[in-house]
Amino acid sequence: MGFLEVNDITHIYFSKKATTTALIDVNFTVEEGEFISLLGPSGCGKTTLLSIIAGLIEPTVGTISLENEQIRNNNKKIGYMLQQDYLFPWKTIEENILLGLKLTNQLNDETRKTTIALLEKMGLYNVENKYPAELSGGMRQRVALVRTLATNPKVLLLDEPFSALDFQTKLKLEDLVFNTLKQFGKTAILVTHDIGEAIAMSDRIYLFSNRPGTIVKEFIVPDELRILEPFHARNHPLYNERFQTIWEELNSLENENSHRSPARRI
Amino acid sequence: MKTKIHIDLLHDEYKRALIKEKRWVTIIQLSILVAFIVLWEISSRMYWIDPLIFSSPMKIWDLLVKDILDGTLLPHVYTTLFETILGFILGTALGTIMAAILWWSPFLSKVFDPYLVVLNSMPKVALGPILIVALGPTMTSIVTMGAIISVIITTIVVYTAFREVDPNYLKVLQTFGATRRQTFSEAILPSSFPVIISTLKVNVGLSWVGVIVGEFLVSKQGLGYLIIYGFQVFNFTLVLMALVIIAIFATIMYKGVEFLEGKLIKNR
Ligand SMILES: Nc1ncnc2c1ncn2[C@@H]1O[C@H](COP(=O)(O)OP(=O)(O)OP(=O)(O)O)[C@@H](O)[C@H]1O
Ligand SMILES: [Mg+2]
Repeated sequence: MGFLEVNDITHIYFSKKATTTALIDVNFTVEEGEFISLLGPSGCGKTTLLSIIAGLIEPTVGTISLENEQIRNNNKKIGYMLQQDYLFPWKTIEENILLGLKLTNQLNDETRKTTIALLEKMGLYNVENKYPAELSGGMRQRVALVRTLATNPKVLLLDEPFSALDFQTKLKLEDLVFNTLKQFGKTAILVTHDIGEAIAMSDRIYLFSNRPGTIVKEFIVPDELRILEPFHARNHPLYNERFQTIWEELNSLENENSHRSPARRI
Repeated sequence: MKTKIHIDLLHDEYKRALIKEKRWVTIIQLSILVAFIVLWEISSRMYWIDPLIFSSPMKIWDLLVKDILDGTLLPHVYTTLFETILGFILGTALGTIMAAILWWSPFLSKVFDPYLVVLNSMPKVALGPILIVALGPTMTSIVTMGAIISVIITTIVVYTAFREVDPNYLKVLQTFGATRRQTFSEAILPSSFPVIISTLKVNVGLSWVGVIVGEFLVSKQGLGYLIIYGFQVFNFTLVLMALVIIAIFATIMYKGVEFLEGKLIKNR
């Protein structure tokens, strides 16, 4: 039995007018401490999958289990960082990062101290009493990460956390997140559009098909790249090679899609 | 260093320009008021307008001083002020509570939706006579009028604001396993403060309407009573004096709400 198991997940959205099959037969297993990336075209159901893993929406078919226990709503083992930071604008940074602890009744002097220390570890000093609007996009993203890490979840789900940032900030944050997660031995699932980011940060990459999303391919990142920080990994010769392979795979997916007749779409 | 000095100078200049503009706005506002009062006084004395109907600032002032001194005015003012503030608070609080209940139960909100629409489009002051018969010609019915006139619109507007809160904030709370109650106090309510404040501003005006109409009907005490009495005895100086007092206190209440706004809404 793996640490985190995603079993036969199929998800269909229902509305009055139509049904949308977002995911079909998704299966994979993540071991403790692993870093997994999900790569796939827009709209293929990546956010949906993360929401299911987090227990926020119930899949139409299938189960998620963490340490052999089925995930349901209100679990405290999984931290989820949404596609945008969604810091509460009326709360100070301190109130924002302590939110999870407060809601789960874990707020005390010690957890408060650790969380604020984490903020400093992310390079954010003296921002506790500021409001999110006073921070830059990259800073806010770091605050959101601290908020997610504060409750000490076992698994971290990251939904395109760097996509709204400029390239330089993105590279820096990749290293920061990578090191922080490795240091705390966290298991993580990262959703991204960026092939390079997937290779640089993760141990394994799952490639998703167009909607309805399902895993079409698994890539294992070679050990040489795995041990490197993302920034250095991007400069390694193996990186380019991998990039090519995945790039071609993604392209063939797209071509297949454009050749598909409408009737065959589900 | 050179640029630094420059920036300071520019900043000072900028601040000075702001102050200057603000001063001008105030000066012009006051001039308009003074001009209005002077024109009113002159028109009345020169019989450009009928002094019997439109009275004049001096007459109103004299009456005001006289009525304050002989102690007949203040009880009316207190009564109306008390009723209005109570009606205002009740209407806003009940409306917000009802909005919270509707948010709590989407099913209830679907059930009550058409009733809210109908109640909202009904002229609430038309309920006055029924209220007075039911509750008696007392302060209770007047306060009820003041509250009833704003409660439905508050419910509708605040409930709409509750529903329009970005669902992603709720998602964040859900990832921490927040209960519905926590969701309400952490996200729904604080993010609706701006809307609640703007309904407060509307409700200030509405509760004055409700209370004055209530006092018309009950005709015992209060500024509304003074107005209806002045009308019956054809003393329009009295009517206008009551109106001026209402205008002053409505403005003070409005400023109070603005003060609250500054306290509640930070950094947006
Ligand atoms: N609440 C919903 N109701 C109905 N359909 C939905 C809902 N949420 C998502 N969908 C649909 O399900 C599909 C998958 O959406 P999802 O947000 O999971 O995609 P995604 O892979 O995260 O896309 P992106 O990369 O653009 O973020 C899309 O076609 C979307 O339109
Ligand atoms: Mg998405």
